[in-house]
Amino acid sequence: MSKYTEDDLREELKTKEYEYGFYTDIASDTFPIGLNEDIVRAISLKKGEPEWMTNWRLEAFKAWKEMTEPEWANVNYVKPDFQAISYYSAPNSKPKYDSLDEVDPELLATFAKLGISLDEQKKLTGVAMDVVVDSVSVATSFKKTLGEKGIIFCSISEAIKEHPELVKKYIGTIVPQRDNFYAALNSAVFSDGSFCYIPKGVRCPMELSTYFRINQAGTGQFERTLLIADEGSYVSYLEGCTAPSRDENQLHAAVVELIALDDAEIKYSTVQNWYPGNSEGKGGVYNFVTKRGLCEKNAKISWTQVETGSAVTWKYPSCVLKGDNSVGEFYSIAVTNNFQQADTGTKMVHLGKNTKSTIISKGISAGKSQNSYRGLVKISPNADNARNFSQCDSLLMGNECGAHTFPYIEAKNKTAKIEHEATTSKIGEDQIFYCNQRGIDTEKAIALIVNGFSKDVLNKLPMEFAVEAQKLLEISLEGSVG
Amino acid sequence: MDLKEKLLSSFLVFENQLDSDDYFNNLRNNAIKIFEEKGFPSKKEEAWKYTSLNSVIKEDYTVFPKQENALEFNDVKKYFIHDIDSYKIVFIDGKYSSYLSETTHDGMDICLMSAAMSKPKYHIVIENYFNKVATKDSLPSLNTAFSTEGAYIHIPKNKMVAKPIQIIHFSTGNESAVMLQPRNLIVVDENSHVQIIERHQSLTDNAVLTNSVTEIFANKRAIVDYYKIQNDNLNASLIDNTFINQKQESVASVHTFAFGGKLIRNNLNFYQNGERIDSTLKGVTIIGEKQHVDHNTLVHHIEPNCESHQDYKGIFGENSTGVFNGKIIVNKEAQKTNAFQANNNILVSDKSTINTKPQLEIFADDVKCSHGCTIGQLDESAMFYMRSRGIPEKEAKALLMYAFSNTVMSSVKIPEIKQRITKIIANKLGVNMGFDL
Repeated sequence: MSKYTEDDLREELKTKEYEYGFYTDIASDTFPIGLNEDIVRAISLKKGEPEWMTNWRLEAFKAWKEMTEPEWANVNYVKPDFQAISYYSAPNSKPKYDSLDEVDPELLATFAKLGISLDEQKKLTGVAMDVVVDSVSVATSFKKTLGEKGIIFCSISEAIKEHPELVKKYIGTIVPQRDNFYAALNSAVFSDGSFCYIPKGVRCPMELSTYFRINQAGTGQFERTLLIADEGSYVSYLEGCTAPSRDENQLHAAVVELIALDDAEIKYSTVQNWYPGNSEGKGGVYNFVTKRGLCEKNAKISWTQVETGSAVTWKYPSCVLKGDNSVGEFYSIAVTNNFQQADTGTKMVHLGKNTKSTIISKGISAGKSQNSYRGLVKISPNADNARNFSQCDSLLMGNECGAHTFPYIEAKNKTAKIEHEATTSKIGEDQIFYCNQRGIDTEKAIALIVNGFSKDVLNKLPMEFAVEAQKLLEISLEGSVG
Repeated sequence: MDLKEKLLSSFLVFENQLDSDDYFNNLRNNAIKIFEEKGFPSKKEEAWKYTSLNSVIKEDYTVFPKQENALEFNDVKKYFIHDIDSYKIVFIDGKYSSYLSETTHDGMDICLMSAAMSKPKYHIVIENYFNKVATKDSLPSLNTAFSTEGAYIHIPKNKMVAKPIQIIHFSTGNESAVMLQPRNLIVVDENSHVQIIERHQSLTDNAVLTNSVTEIFANKRAIVDYYKIQNDNLNASLIDNTFINQKQESVASVHTFAFGGKLIRNNLNFYQNGERIDSTLKGVTIIGEKQHVDHNTLVHHIEPNCESHQDYKGIFGENSTGVFNGKIIVNKEAQKTNAFQANNNILVSDKSTINTKPQLEIFADDVKCSHGCTIGQLDESAMFYMRSRGIPEKEAKALLMYAFSNTVMSSVKIPEIKQRITKIIANKLGVNMGFDL
């Protein structure tokens, strides 16, 4: 039998098209391209928002106009033309459904292809899903069960209408409108997203989940997620994203705000496999996301992310540890292949006393990709006994890719304890040999080793996601060992 | 008139006074243009994010000290490593002091930059090496524009320099604040070995700003050991730009002992242009009292099979700020590179700050690179152990801090430097070290 060589693998990978590259033909209701005050007003009007929200958006728009795109990230790309994007696209048949049977069957087929059939999820996994296809949430499951506990889990546009007091109080508190260029843009034009409120002392009985897809060509996806865990509550939230194959670059500029009040705990997991572009580096999604969480006293926020997609990723889920004894965690796997570029990491801002943070980041680069970790650990003068542990490991496959680490550490308190370590390595030939010897072919061996390399992070994912994430890792790395 | 304008107008005067050839005129003119364009670096630049020069450049410096000053050896003896025989190149306010110096032309050149720049016999070396590895950033360019004096060391093939070379810059600056721009060129040819000690010392209460550039070329199998002792007074600031170009199988090490000065910025750059090169960058920083020390290192691995080791320790007292910005770049061709970087810090005071940014940029896959950095305190159980055995708190602390910085000391090859540094550390920590190393 002829040996399945690494070259074969590489060839196969090159020709391997994006598995999820399909396009659902749902008549879309799309705005004219371009962005100005009228468009912002129109979005707000279309969503039937109250006046304060419209003004809030306009304020953000004003701030955005004065800002320039950040250029410090270690990524190179053709800047999107913000006047050539349509800022609103919603599936046309958009009445709310009471049951899944009413959902557009074509849409259901889309999800089936993704392997996230609603029924199946509903029945087998007990996951409540707020499905977002191109900006408008179409179906919300398990709402009733959640409702009994007093948990509010709905789309943000619904929340603006039905729970304005909560939205008004918390929106923009941790990611202000003028935080950065993309956050400002998102604040002005966000189309939809999820809203979640867990009341005092409630432990959310199931994993909450949203699935994002970018569907319509040339539309930007501007999600806004606001998650509030009231005192003593607990919630685990999953977010997964895919986009069909499209040649032009699509922009995704989301904002996620997490607020953990005293003694609350939020676990936020993301699996992201937006279309990364083809093997020549053409197309793919620009993923410019602002994610930040605020921890009050004794609160805990844990970010877990598996990033395998997007042509360009620019994403730094952060924790502001404001309350005493609060804890922030960040676990990340970022995989880049072909021409993908990822500049991702986290910020841990220690403000309160006895605050703790852990950062585990695993970067895997293959093909001609560039993978950067950029992180900040900041200990303010009042943060007595702050503790941080950071570990960034990079795995390189082939000599055309790059791995970079840019850790910033700023300590202003003498009781701070900070440890940071980083390593860079490749998959050892002896490791592969060992596996081959035992009848495991090279491809499987690589998957095995990569899985082992990223185990620390995969372990942090909820069960259903961990399985999917492992599969994703395998898909995105197949045959990329040189 | 701010310092930049002053420098630019002084350059016009300076240029007219010189009767140097076109070669240097061109270099100088190009360099001043770069400086004019870029100016002094501001905090907006990534490499200067944590270090502001504003407090330093606001002083009214004399760019060309007029008065010649002489010093008695006994007055300044303590600034030399005087208990060993050595070559000495000594400058007072940027001017060569033949009285304090001991140079040679016997089989090698340990002499002055001014001589090397003007005499034709050095021309070929100057053309091959001068300003060849220094970057075109604004501060090195500023130095190039004004470069007239410094140390010139050329060790030919197969030569083991028997005694260390001390380069010492004194500033007396009695009349006013003074800005100095020494320029050193060190070329070590095949199989040769040299040890160099460099020190900048201010003898005045007036402000002193030194913008120094040192270019070192370690050719095939050369061994260069360089020690920088920075223990200046609180009005002196130092921007040290050191560039080291290594050829195959050469071994170079730079130890930086930063204990003082108002602001110290060490830009230390290693370029590995050859295979099987070994580079070592080590440093100890112990500061307090509003002092600021910034170590900015770069190791650029260009060819395969090379190694680099970095180890920086810092202890930061009252109101001090420490910055470490270490960058390792591994080119695609530089397979089998081993690059290590460690930065450990202790914050002693609540008002002290440490900013560290250990950075890796790796483009080759078959490499072993790691960096680690920590910020922490002295081990309480170790303190308790010593105190329970009757060692007073202050001494116990000092012992622990000394032990903390000892990994850097252990690779110092000249015992007298070790002793001297031990004394300085003991002095800094306010104790009497009961042992000699």
